[in-house]
Amino acid sequence: MRRVAIVGVGCTKVDEHWRVSMRDLFTEAALKALDGAGLDRVDALYVGNMFSDYAQNQGHLGAMMADSIGMPGIPAVKVEAACASGGVAVHEGFKAVASGLVDYVLVGGVEKMTDIQTPEVTTALMMAENREYTGFTGITFVGLNALISRLYMETYEAKPEEVAAISVNDHKHAATNPYAQYQFPITIETVMKSSYIADPLHLFECCGIGDGAASLVLCPLEKAQELSDSPVEIVASAAATQVHSLYERDDLLRFGATEAAAKEAYGRSGLKPDDIDVLEVHDAFSIVGVLAIEALGIAKRGEGARFVAEGNTALGGKIPTNTFGGLKARGHPIGGTGVYQIVELTWQLRGDAGKNQVPDARCGLAQNVGGVDSTSAVHILRRVGK
Amino acid sequence: MSVPRYWRETPYRYRLVGSRCKDCGSMSYPPRRVCRKCGSRELEEIELPRRGKLVTYTVIRSPPSGYEEYAPYVVGIIELEGGVRVLSQVVDCPIEEVKTGMELEATFRKVTEDGDSGIIMYGTKFRPIIE
Repeated sequence: MRRVAIVGVGCTKVDEHWRVSMRDLFTEAALKALDGAGLDRVDALYVGNMFSDYAQNQGHLGAMMADSIGMPGIPAVKVEAACASGGVAVHEGFKAVASGLVDYVLVGGVEKMTDIQTPEVTTALMMAENREYTGFTGITFVGLNALISRLYMETYEAKPEEVAAISVNDHKHAATNPYAQYQFPITIETVMKSSYIADPLHLFECCGIGDGAASLVLCPLEKAQELSDSPVEIVASAAATQVHSLYERDDLLRFGATEAAAKEAYGRSGLKPDDIDVLEVHDAFSIVGVLAIEALGIAKRGEGARFVAEGNTALGGKIPTNTFGGLKARGHPIGGTGVYQIVELTWQLRGDAGKNQVPDARCGLAQNVGGVDSTSAVHILRRVGK
Repeated sequence: MSVPRYWRETPYRYRLVGSRCKDCGSMSYPPRRVCRKCGSRELEEIELPRRGKLVTYTVIRSPPSGYEEYAPYVVGIIELEGGVRVLSQVVDCPIEEVKTGMELEATFRKVTEDGDSGIIMYGTKFRPIIE
């Protein structure tokens, strides 16, 4: 297997892009990544996207986006794994380069959510779960996460303010990220006073609805030095699934897919949780970020919420997490999110993170889930040389 | 929602039909073809116990399309007698009186209707036990 590097990255601001189509949004991020790598041609394209078929009535994104970036002819395919579509697209691109089949791969993730109204977004997101049974009950995706939030607080005697602390953490970091959807800090009081979307989850514990696209260029590590002064190596790329529907799991508070993907990623890279300098976790809802931190071995089970509330995940803390705002404040354009995480880690490891820079960051981990951890993609990145 | 799609789902929605593995005894809802616990393909359909306890719940205040007129409503995970779990609405109980651990029983109710196809959809919900 060949070693794989990132040689170009790009993204759009996460926003309500009323004047821009899904295709143009994707293309804007892709061209930035290609320019970063100094390439005008790649060998293959992977497009992470969840619900273009629902929101835009548009399928066949592989051929559409390959054409849009001026490369009709290359093999191209959409990768869908609900909210993990972006992370799994990176995993597929990694496999293509690592296998030796292709040298240069573009991976892009995109979601254009504002083309449909909020109740339709709610319905579209439930496509991540079992539609015929789970969806039929009237539960929403927020609701599924609220079920585990209540159970977590009752099981571990965690306070609502502790579970919600990660949302405050995210907003603080997003305030200095020009690509973030919500560039302002919030207080824990703001979160607790906001209305419930699905009890006990408050509005300010839930990601918003936004449009965005992010993109990466991958190539073999041995060719990376020709294209970039500061390539970043993907030292491990892992994906896993678990019992699809939340309610059927033996242990409702265990993120088994993330545990499995993390175990493989740590094993392949020879790294441990202590080696990670900067972390990106998938906190579409506060509780999801908490359980991710536990599943990755960063905090013990039942202690994740307190770990965040004590300030360990802040810039300057023990393990800076979601340093550009995470899903809550950078935003969560579904299929784009997993790629945004890798773009942001690349900035950190290159030393290009500006005001959000983690000093001397050498090693970063990104975790991206689909459904309530039904799918998880875990990537570990490391600075090359120096 | 097409008529055949609705119709083929009715046994488990109306009568709480699940499956039991003939090899290891584990139960699932809705029915499945392969046992998740032991990998056996020898499964039989059974009607599940209609009583259980509420494991956790939420209150849906921002509902999906088709459920707007019912909000706010409670959806929870209920562990039935014998250990199999289901996801269902909890009804006939004021929201502030819903508590984890409360005893519930299955009841047949209207769930939603599909304006385009004209189907009125029914299913199982749970309510506090009436002795």
